[in-house]
Amino acid sequence: MTVALALEQLLNGLQLGVMLFLMAAGLTLIFGVMGLINLAHGSLYMVGAFACATVAAATGSFWIGLVASLACAAAAGAIIELLVIRRLYDRDHLDQVLATFALILIFSEGTRWLFGSFPLYLDIPPLLQGAVALPGGAQYPVYRLAIIAAGALVAFGLYLLIGKTRLGMRIRAGESDREMIGALGVDIRTLYTVVFALGAALAGLAGAMVGALQSVQVGMGEPVLILAFVVIVIGGIGSIKGALLGALLVGVVDTMGRLLLPQLFGLFVPPSQAGMIGAAAASMLIYVMMALILAVKPRGLFPAAHM
Amino acid sequence: MAMTRENLINIILAVLLLAAPLAANAFGQPFYVTLATRIVILALAATGLNLALGLGGLVSFGHAAFFGIGGYAAGILATHGFSGDPLLFGFSGTNQMLVIWLVAMVVAGLVGLLIGAISLRTSGVYFIMITLAFAQMVYYFAISWPAYGGEDGLSILVRNQFPGVNTMRPLGFFLICYAVLMAVLGLFVLIRGSRFGSALQAARQNEVRVATVGIAPFRIRLTAFAISAAITGLAGALFADLNRFVSPSMLSWHMSGELIVLIILGGAGRLFGPLAGATLFVIIEYVLGGLTERWQFFLGLILLGTVLFARGGLLGLFAGKAKHG
Repeated sequence: MTVALALEQLLNGLQLGVMLFLMAAGLTLIFGVMGLINLAHGSLYMVGAFACATVAAATGSFWIGLVASLACAAAAGAIIELLVIRRLYDRDHLDQVLATFALILIFSEGTRWLFGSFPLYLDIPPLLQGAVALPGGAQYPVYRLAIIAAGALVAFGLYLLIGKTRLGMRIRAGESDREMIGALGVDIRTLYTVVFALGAALAGLAGAMVGALQSVQVGMGEPVLILAFVVIVIGGIGSIKGALLGALLVGVVDTMGRLLLPQLFGLFVPPSQAGMIGAAAASMLIYVMMALILAVKPRGLFPAAHM
Repeated sequence: MAMTRENLINIILAVLLLAAPLAANAFGQPFYVTLATRIVILALAATGLNLALGLGGLVSFGHAAFFGIGGYAAGILATHGFSGDPLLFGFSGTNQMLVIWLVAMVVAGLVGLLIGAISLRTSGVYFIMITLAFAQMVYYFAISWPAYGGEDGLSILVRNQFPGVNTMRPLGFFLICYAVLMAVLGLFVLIRGSRFGSALQAARQNEVRVATVGIAPFRIRLTAFAISAAITGLAGALFADLNRFVSPSMLSWHMSGELIVLIILGGAGRLFGPLAGATLFVIIEYVLGGLTERWQFFLGLILLGTVLFARGGLLGLFAGKAKHG
């Protein structure tokens, strides 16, 4: 294995991690502030991807598509918050799981109804096409580097928003004591809708950016959603910092595991079997990691203080 | 057993479920017998989950793992039994349902013990997500392990055998499944009424009090989780035999969601909740599926309506609120 390959896969892992962070940040924010488990977060990711692909195809510009994905996902988030999610805050987690599971069915079939069963395709914008040379000689796509940069920017933006602004202060107050900030006269219902729409927009952004790497299709959000769950469980539910570190950890471990485990097993068993065992083991690796972390820290690496 | 409204409804359900396929068979409509078998097997799987979720309050979002493990146990044993290739320790599989059921329950129970031992250290939303993640782990393993079909799944060429019954006839197989479901429902009643069952339900209602009187909730819950996994595994083995096919879709998280849906549609924690839910679900699937290709959209709406407005499910609607217990 060359250094170049390892570096390339490391960057792929980072890119996966950044995308998981965009999903996990919204999930963990929604759970932290409203105490809600939202399975339909993957549907908002899908909404973002479909909006971007459709608008980009109509206007010819990826960037307008990207803006549309943010707007559509935020709007979809705000609408389901107003119609459905709002009624679930006082319910137990079981009801939340079921209602948001129902939303997945509605979103998935609804999207198939509107767009048909065939996947859509989204081209990488001209500005970000091409590749750069990595040390070691490999070529790495600019677009993937741009995703990593975008993720880093969003992480920094979230840090500023939550740490330095009035809205962020309210969000933090909502995390520590929901009843109290309502009693202090903050319009908590609007705050909830804003937080939900913000989380939805982040998911939509992730979907739109990944849409140019994979095909845009119904069900694309579900594998990502489950990985994002692993991320926030590892990071500590309710913690944005935990979501960031958990996402990078999961992204890198998953990608490097797929590269390294088959080679590791190659030391012990014949190559024909090593590939098979290695691939199977690699697909389970992050779940094993999650189990190990939870065995030591049942509330994740950075448990939110109030829980 | 007092003749409450709920018991009356339960008896009517049980009798109807037996009578409908008998009538369908008499009129030469084997398709409806198969549909009823599907109801019975899904109800069995959900009854397993009901033990953990309904009685113990353990919202497992990963019971598809046990359902699929049961299915693969049946598929793998039958494949080796058919080909004669040795499986483990010179044992070369079997086509006897009774042996397959035992293996399915033991394997699913053991995996349940392992997953439970880690997951039950957490609670609430963590527990939901962790059980989901473990089920995904099993799912991805099944997909990436090519020996038993990988993504394509595994066919069972001839339905497995049961002493004295022709299992290839839909009615014969239905009666086997119905008998198993009734036996498991009997077991559910026994467990619910036992000291163990009382402790399990008490741990759901007030964990601290249970611990204060000297009962460790963890062990009670772990036992319940493993029994629950074994029952769902048994249902998985029957489901594999019904379809004569096992695939990773039995392990998918949609399956886990469906099992919870069955319980909630029927009424959580109630003896016949899963059966009522499975009946309603399969009928919705069949009727809506006949009307429109997009039936899942409407299923989603029905489900959303049930959660938001009809808490207590179908039995809650007809038999009143569940008794405390």
